[in-house]
Amino acid sequence: MENQELANTVQELQNRVDKLEAKNSRLTIVLFSGEFDKVMAAFIIANGALAMGKEVTMFVTFWGLDALKKPTMGTAGKNILEKMVTIMRPKGPAKLPTSKMNFGGIGPKLFHYMMGKKNVESLSSLIEMAREFGLRIVACQMSMDVMGIKQEDLIDGVEFGGVALMLGESYASNTTLFV
Amino acid sequence: MATQKLDFKGMSCPMPIMKTAIALKKAASGDVFEVVCDDAGFEPDVAAWCKETGNILNSVSKAGKDITAVITKK
Repeated sequence: MENQELANTVQELQNRVDKLEAKNSRLTIVLFSGEFDKVMAAFIIANGALAMGKEVTMFVTFWGLDALKKPTMGTAGKNILEKMVTIMRPKGPAKLPTSKMNFGGIGPKLFHYMMGKKNVESLSSLIEMAREFGLRIVACQMSMDVMGIKQEDLIDGVEFGGVALMLGESYASNTTLFV
Repeated sequence: MATQKLDFKGMSCPMPIMKTAIALKKAASGDVFEVVCDDAGFEPDVAAWCKETGNILNSVSKAGKDITAVITKK
């Protein structure tokens, strides 16, 4: 009987150790910002973690959704305010403004040129590469509803969820970043 | 098995680490890679990557701008 209790205790401890060790293999990123430089940072970190063999979940909310939009996103079936938001916001990684030195849209062109000269991978290909490596992208359904963004307006293969999903991922990770 | 050479010169962060990860993923345990890169960030990066992934960093050497890391897959 005592042996059985000991075995049960060992098993329970083993399970707890496994759970703790699993945390070390996961990263959660909340991408809130929609500026080119910040989105770039988020995807570079995601790629790095994936290269280290980690499971990475990126929860994309509010302005971050601009980076997931299809460039062809249209205004059909949206109300007047949703149409306005759709027209005014950039669509896709190639159209994002920079957080500093945007200069009315000239800034991003300047940075693209300078990054090209230094052989820095483009944001689009960083996104592509991270997804090939198994990045899980979850778009925030609530902020999509607020801005009239439909599921088909975003790139394929994106999941949809809310704060509980994001927190669940965060509690199961030992690192969570808010960008 | 002979040492495999990987040339990642001209690439910037995070590409050298990504490419290293891809190459080692396909390799068998014990395979040795000689990775050359001229990105100054590669030296601390490859050390951190090996430490985290458990692959063995045998040596890192510098010649001019080129950084050469010899890695054994765990």
